[in-house]
Amino acid sequence: MTDLYQAQRAMRHMRKAAMQRGVIALLDIGTSKIACLVLRFDGGEALAEENVGPLAGQSAFRVIGAATTRSRGVRFGEIDAMAETERAIRTAVQAAQKMANTRVDHVIACFAGAEPRSYGLDGETEVQGNHVDEQDVARVLASCEMPPVGQGREVLHAHPVNFALDHRSGLGDPRGHVGKRLAVDMHLLTVEATAIQNLVYCIRRCDLELAGIASSAYVSGISSLVEDEQELGAACIDMGGGATGVSVFMKKHMIFSDAVRLGGDNVTRDIAAGLQVPMAVAERIKTFHGGVHATGMDDRERIELAGNSGDWEKDRRQVSRAELIGIMRPRVEEILEDVRALLDAAGFEHLPSQQIVLTGGASQIPGLDGLAARILGQNVRLGRPLRVQGLPQAATGAGFASVVGLALFAAHPQDEWWDFEIPAERLGGRSFKRAVRWFRDNW
Amino acid sequence: MRPLSAEPRYLQPGQRQTLVQPRTGGLRRDPAPSRLAFRLQRLWLTPVVRALTRIGVPVFIVVLGLGLWLGDDGRRADLIQRYEDVKAAVQNRPEFMVSLLKIEGASPEVDAAIRAMLPVRLPASSFAIDLKDYRAMIGRLDAVADVSLVIRPGGMLEAQVTERVPAVLWRTETGIEMLDATGHRVATLLAREARADLPLIAGEGAENAVPEALEILAAAGPILPRARGLVRVGARRWDLVLDRDQRIMLPETNPVRAVERTLALDAAEDLLDRDFTHLDLRNQDRPTIRLSDHALEALHAPSGQTTKAKAGP
Repeated sequence: MTDLYQAQRAMRHMRKAAMQRGVIALLDIGTSKIACLVLRFDGGEALAEENVGPLAGQSAFRVIGAATTRSRGVRFGEIDAMAETERAIRTAVQAAQKMANTRVDHVIACFAGAEPRSYGLDGETEVQGNHVDEQDVARVLASCEMPPVGQGREVLHAHPVNFALDHRSGLGDPRGHVGKRLAVDMHLLTVEATAIQNLVYCIRRCDLELAGIASSAYVSGISSLVEDEQELGAACIDMGGGATGVSVFMKKHMIFSDAVRLGGDNVTRDIAAGLQVPMAVAERIKTFHGGVHATGMDDRERIELAGNSGDWEKDRRQVSRAELIGIMRPRVEEILEDVRALLDAAGFEHLPSQQIVLTGGASQIPGLDGLAARILGQNVRLGRPLRVQGLPQAATGAGFASVVGLALFAAHPQDEWWDFEIPAERLGGRSFKRAVRWFRDNW
Repeated sequence: MRPLSAEPRYLQPGQRQTLVQPRTGGLRRDPAPSRLAFRLQRLWLTPVVRALTRIGVPVFIVVLGLGLWLGDDGRRADLIQRYEDVKAAVQNRPEFMVSLLKIEGASPEVDAAIRAMLPVRLPASSFAIDLKDYRAMIGRLDAVADVSLVIRPGGMLEAQVTERVPAVLWRTETGIEMLDATGHRVATLLAREARADLPLIAGEGAENAVPEALEILAAAGPILPRARGLVRVGARRWDLVLDRDQRIMLPETNPVRAVERTLALDAAEDLLDRDFTHLDLRNQDRPTIRLSDHALEALHAPSGQTTKAKAGP
């Protein structure tokens, strides 16, 4: 726990160093593809001077390199075969570096899997002195009781969602307020520690420094939910290849996140099994002819199944599109049902606005929004990532929501627990620092 | 045409395998770079390394090579010798040769002096003649006011000389010098009669006030036939000396006006025809005449006054 706390602090420092150097790489390690963007941080202020405001921080950077490669060795959004994944990361990073024509040393990575679990924490403390200051915030954060997250799990995100002072709740920043009792609600997201360790190992092996880790569902939500949706309450469903991430946003903070270990690859596998074609052919058929709503027209649309089995009869079969839809639809329904179960468990129906945004590569199945509306509720839309400067056209699709979200995360991260001060009592042996602090506070 | 039956699964003895198509080079299964390739590319993308390789290394190689090659004294001397040879070969081409010196606007003496001054023997390369230096040398001749030197196509060095024009003669203890209008020496004159048309000046510091002397002489036009010359007194003012031992002592400031006044007096009262030795105009308010002895006697005779003792010079 404390180790990761220190590690996260170190990563924040590294992120700052990278921002100062001006170049940082973003890596989305997905089950079906690994995407890498290279950002350059400069001239953001100059642009903000003109008619464009600072927005959510996305005017501060520019994408100068982008590359995608087919992912190898990743299953369910977790690294499965380390050497393979390392090679895939190398491929993506090298191509992006080549496009950017610069060397990148710092990487911020995100991944979807590793069984994320959400916890809501709350803490309460007495304010020392009249005003709430940094130390009070630190103490109230420290007063949150750590839930039993289980053995071998690590904290990935810890956002203070809400501060309450006496009878007033919903404070974004309590510092300087006058009050007696300070309370905080915190959202904690834990993942399997081994997944993080594997990721760190892979990135180290590529001679890169890890400057941050994020949950894929969280960063997808940042990039594909518009500001009002984040404020009023919305769920982002990032349908990836191996895992489908769910993140619920409220008051611009993520308040819940979970993942279903099903995704587009399961659909492909169903097609491959059902039609007895290789995975590559199944993927191709799914991409070109896939759908979830069968109509009468689809019975007449015949799809050639190319194969290389050597059996001429087998290689020249044809299926109707209706058959394909018949294979795909149950699996997509299953995914959405599972998502529905997660949202129900999280109490999504109690939110004031119940917007649902589908994003991720698998959300591009035609007719998915209609199907999702039946299962998840009426307020469903398909989300594409925010437009950022310099992003290639090929990387603006729904499949790049998480990597674009990472760019926003890198440019303008939300405060997490480790961004606040450490309470003075916890500093322990650093008595000299405490003495200095005491002097600074009293004179 | 492709047979309708499938290709055999197992190879017959002696049959070449055709089922598995060899992968062509363009289609690799795994496009991942090796660790070494990845590291090398990152190294190459490092700005310092790039700058060193693209600028530093070539510069270093060239400098090292030149240094090694030029480290030998013989080679260096040989290189310099070759350079000199090429330079001489180019400079001595017929296009650059000067074979004739043409002097315009100079008297025979000056012409001879200029020719004697030419630092090289013609024909010579135009690179060997330092025109600036040569022009300065010519300019040092007293008789030359200005000279322009041009090398014309065809190998002709043309000197356009403007000589100084003598305006006055300056009599000194050693002889007579001719001066131009600015007071600069032009030449020495052996006899005054050679240039009877020029006015004569004398006295200490006379050569420094030639323009003023010329102004005075110009103003004194009507009495010039009587004038013998101008004498500088005390290096500060002029005396206009006339024949019959008459002197007009001009003031230090504004002598031209004094001359004009004299002319006016002369026109009105025939002043200069009177018998006097000095006309003193040094004090503007009080022109004074010093009469000759004879005149003084004549002046005093009718009245019977004897002022002989007072009128002495």
